[in-house]
This record gives sequence, C-alpha cells and structure tokens, in this order.
Amino acid sequence: MEITERSLWTLIHGMGFGALYLLACSGALVELYRRYSSKAANPIAPGDDNFLKVYLVAMSVLAWLTVLSGAYIIYPWYRAAAPAGIVNLAAFPQRLLQSNPATSGWHSLGMEWKEHIAWLVPISITMAAAVVIRYGRDLRNHPQLRAALLCFTLVSFLAAGIAGFFGAMLVKHAPVEGGQMIHLMQGE
Amino acid sequence: MNKQKSSITATTAVLPNGSGAAAILAAGIGSFMVGVLAVAADKSAFLKNLFIFYKPTGPLSGVSTSAILVWLIAWGILEGRWQKRNVALSRINALALVLLGLSLLLTFPPVADLF
Repeated sequence: MEITERSLWTLIHGMGFGALYLLACSGALVELYRRYSSKAANPIAPGDDNFLKVYLVAMSVLAWLTVLSGAYIIYPWYRAAAPAGIVNLAAFPQRLLQSNPATSGWHSLGMEWKEHIAWLVPISITMAAAVVIRYGRDLRNHPQLRAALLCFTLVSFLAAGIAGFFGAMLVKHAPVEGGQMIHLMQGE
Repeated sequence: MNKQKSSITATTAVLPNGSGAAAILAAGIGSFMVGVLAVAADKSAFLKNLFIFYKPTGPLSGVSTSAILVWLIAWGILEGRWQKRNVALSRINALALVLLGLSLLLTFPPVADLF
C-alpha cells in the first residue's frame, strides 16, 4: 500500500484540517446559540466557558492550517505550468481540467471560487474566537454581538463547505499526484 | 441574596460592546477585501503581477496576504478607538454583514466576471 507525497498532503489538507473544521463548526454553532442565549435558564459554569474558548481557538488554528497548506503547499502543484508539447497532463491538474470542455468548469468555477472563498473562514472564526475570549460569560448580556458571531460562524461553515465540496470534486477529476512514494504497509 | 446577585449579573453587561464591534466590523472589512482584491487581480494585468508575492502560488498569495493585512490593521485601529466605548452595534452589525454578503458574491466567479 503506497501513497505519493502530494496525495498525502492533499489528505492532510482536506481530510485532516478541512473536514475536522467542518465537523467542529456545527458544534460551535450549537454552543454559541445555546450557551449564551438570554433565554438560557442556567448560569454558564467557568469550566464550560473556558472549554468553548479553547474549542474556538482550536477551530481558528485548523482554519489557518487549512488555507495556508492549501495555498502554499498544494495549490502550487495544482497550478504548475506544463512544459510545451507535453501530452500526458496527469502531473498538471489545472491544465488537465482545462484541456477538456467537460472538465474545465471544475477549474473555472470550482477552483476559482474555492481559492478565494476559503479565506473568509479563518477571518470569521478568528474574530469569533477573539470575541468569545474577550467577553466570556458577559456575551449573554450582548445579544447583538452574539447574533453577529452566529452569522459569521454560519458563513464560515458555508464557505468551508463550498471549499471542501470543490476540493473533493477536484481531487476526483484531477488529483494532485507526484513526489516521493511513501510505502504505508506491505500487501498480502 | 445569591439568587439576587446572579440575576443581576445575568442581565447587566459588564464590558462595553466597542471591542466586539471593532472585531466584527474588521472581519467584515477583511472579508470584503478578499472579494474586491480577487476581482481586481483578475481584471487588471498590472495588479495580477503586483499581487504575485510568492511565485508558485501566483496572485492568490498577494490577494490573500493584502486582505489579511487590511483586516488586521482595521481591527487594530477600530479596537483602539472603540474598546472602552459602547457603540451603535445594530448599524455596525448591519454594515459588517453587508460587507460579508458582498464578499460571498464577489468571490463567486460568475458574479466576479460581470466586472
């Protein structure tokens, strides 16, 4: 069982950082709504408050790792220019997609959208983490702040979902492959 | 007595809302800049070259780095001005959400292609 170095990085970026962010997002939305709602009957325990702060900081770290690994490790492999006259475009995913009208949309719509919308995610969730750290339990007394946090977190979820969907489809149609072969285990 | 005390803390804001408003508006500005700079780099050959901060990544490196810098600078300035004040949060929220909505539109290629 083998995997190429570039495939491994794509997995770390998408299934590691990105998918984990998406999973964490639903939890953050529920907790932001439930915990700081002015209708909530019980006071927020300091331990619960600290847990959400750590949770949102971890989400911010995941969001930054996702966009930075995508933009500075995987994207250069994806957009590499193919030498003139080359017939096999398998090592040049962007050129491979653009070479066929049936797949060019995955680049012109999918990658073009993904590469920009993804940056809204770390901006939104870093802001949410900073506000929760600053206000803590006092957030219950600021319903408008809480509403804005929920909107930005929801948009970060949507943006991460769009980026994740197109990332998965791009890998399906033109996988980023190459680099050193890594042997994971010996087959039977 | 304790019941009365917890009831007071549950309904009275201790911190002014300015610091939160600064973070929210700055996030709106930063998001909007991602959309604006992405469109600008796509439409202008000069800006496209200018935004190549890291050649393997191309203009995306400059678009994202510049938007993040604008976001952080805006956040710092607004935080300095509002951190000890209560501000009109409903208007600031509305502005930030409009900017966020515009950023979603501007990053969508069919909309970006209209410019």
